[in-house]
Amino acid sequence: MGSFPDIRTNLGDYVKQFVDFLDTTLEGFFDFIFFISSRTINFLDDLLVTMPWWCFVLIIFLLGWYFKSVFSGILYSLFIFLIGSFGLWEDMMTTIAIILTAVIICLLIGIPVGIWMAFSKGFSNVMRPLLDAMQTMPSFVYLIPAIFFFGLGNVSAIFATLIYALPPVIRLTELAIRGVDQEVIESAQSFGSSRGQMLRKVQLPQALPTIMAGVNQTTMMALSMVVIASMVGAKGLGEQVLVSINRIDIALGFEAGISIVFLAIIIDRVTNGIAAKFQRGIK
Amino acid sequence: METKIKIDHVSKIFGPKPKSVIPLIKEGKTKNEILAETGHTVGVYDASFDIKKGEVFVIMGLSGSGKSTLIRCFNLLNKPTDGSIYIDGEDIVTYKKQDLKKVRQEKIAMVFQHFGLFSHRTILANVEYGLEIRGVSKDERRAIALKNIEIVGLKGYEDKYPDELSGGMQQRVGLARALANDPDILLMDEPFSALDPLIRREMQLELLDIQDRLQKTIIFITHDVNEAFKLGDRVAVMKDGHVVQVGTPEEIIESPANHYISEFIKDIDRSKVFQAEHIMIKPNALVSLKDGLNVAIKEMEENGISSVFVVDRGRRVKGIVTIDDAIQAKKEQKSLSDILRDDYAVVEKEEYINDLIPKALESKYPLAVVNDEDKLIGFILRVHVLSGLVSDDIEESNEYYY
Repeated sequence: MGSFPDIRTNLGDYVKQFVDFLDTTLEGFFDFIFFISSRTINFLDDLLVTMPWWCFVLIIFLLGWYFKSVFSGILYSLFIFLIGSFGLWEDMMTTIAIILTAVIICLLIGIPVGIWMAFSKGFSNVMRPLLDAMQTMPSFVYLIPAIFFFGLGNVSAIFATLIYALPPVIRLTELAIRGVDQEVIESAQSFGSSRGQMLRKVQLPQALPTIMAGVNQTTMMALSMVVIASMVGAKGLGEQVLVSINRIDIALGFEAGISIVFLAIIIDRVTNGIAAKFQRGIK
Repeated sequence: METKIKIDHVSKIFGPKPKSVIPLIKEGKTKNEILAETGHTVGVYDASFDIKKGEVFVIMGLSGSGKSTLIRCFNLLNKPTDGSIYIDGEDIVTYKKQDLKKVRQEKIAMVFQHFGLFSHRTILANVEYGLEIRGVSKDERRAIALKNIEIVGLKGYEDKYPDELSGGMQQRVGLARALANDPDILLMDEPFSALDPLIRREMQLELLDIQDRLQKTIIFITHDVNEAFKLGDRVAVMKDGHVVQVGTPEEIIESPANHYISEFIKDIDRSKVFQAEHIMIKPNALVSLKDGLNVAIKEMEENGISSVFVVDRGRRVKGIVTIDDAIQAKKEQKSLSDILRDDYAVVEKEEYINDLIPKALESKYPLAVVNDEDKLIGFILRVHVLSGLVSDDIEESNEYYY
């Protein structure tokens, strides 16, 4: 008697129907996305793999040196060298290519959406719960429609990564634009700035440090998706972790895992350094 | 002088339905009644006054009196809920977007309390901003910006960023940025309030100096009575959104419109408002050179004074004679011109009491007050300087004696 009444809400079915509907009606659109994403990944991957190894290590050193310190530069290039010495050089390059592609697409979508939210209270109210859902929904769930739209492979991985990693850059862009000092806005207005001039010459430059903090977070979240994304066929370090789980291969698991940690440290510190540089330029 | 700006029954209401409150204002309900009845806040309550071309018009009031709201109506950063604002005879409230943009770009510039500088731009780029918006060519706007940076005394700082400058210097940048647009009208929203007193005084003097050269129409907001009276050709006092009184500093001090204003101006430094001509007395005894000794002695005796100024035909001061000297000279058969003393002090009629005090202390004789043509128009005794510092309501303070 106390058991739940015999009611079944088929919400999942509706979502499935919706996804089916999207797949058929927006097929061309998805093909386009697929084309762009796969070309970008392949281009970056080829570029990174064909680059002489010492050249890449040097680039990492220079980035670390410029945005942090000489010591950081040496440390980061040592990290990269270690990853190579684990025999994971090409996997690392694939991972970097996937992350870069995902982050570029995130910024292309996220920054305009964030700006729009900053200007439109209504749009912001609609988007905010959506962003919450995107961030809290278990990220595995995104894998299913991703396969559905794009099949197994790197593009699906990017799609899932995108949904998970997009919210921070959107949120922080909105926050940054809204947070520009009211008097600075008024002074730009008082000179007769048009809306476009205001955005280009005042609001965006003023907001840049905070937006960069969003870019940093988005990048880190994209990196945190690499293992999950490998379940839909993404190559790279994530795939190696997955393989090691299947084989219960502690050695490989640790090497691939620590490689991801190294990458995370480098990417975090460098993007942070970039954000700090902007901050100094602006304050 | 011709009227530059005329504001006519301007009200600014904040709340969900501002227009609905206008009839209540027309009925004469108070700000508090309107807040209680409708939940709307009245920022500016039915303000009307004229501002003349080339004058420094100060709007003074405590925080919350609506002065910052009102000044933002002049460039429509706040659009008035009701009423008209005429600039050069045109009602800007009815302006379309494009016209408004043009007015803001060409006619009106604003200086802000916390400077409102663009922290991502160099000083030069900050000052260039208004010109850049207007589409002035790169070389031209650079030249204009450099000129204005020099006017405010910041030459050499062009490539610095705002945060590398002190507060006073930042506000100079704000001023240069506003001047670069060569506006007719300068809106200044408590521009010196964020600065420390020394820098503030320096900036006030410099503003007067710049105004002397450029002759803009300036609307200046302040909560500081001394600043208002020092800078303002005319002053409007605001309270609770109402413009309570408009007048010259002297008019307001002489006849405050109500108790609120007299309270407000109680601790005003009168020595910086009143000038020599306000406290001098017109000479009823004057001796001219050709009159001779006897006339001089007679004048002094009749008026019971111990010295008298001697003037020429053009009423220009030639010297001063004392009664002792005159009597002595009469015995010795000397003439008037032999005993003229020249160690008296001359002051211009516009000199502030503040500046007269040291002169009055040093001089043994009354101060001679002259006008622009050097003619003697009055004199000031030490006691006049002192009484000029005290407000007229002496009777009030008499209470303390009983």
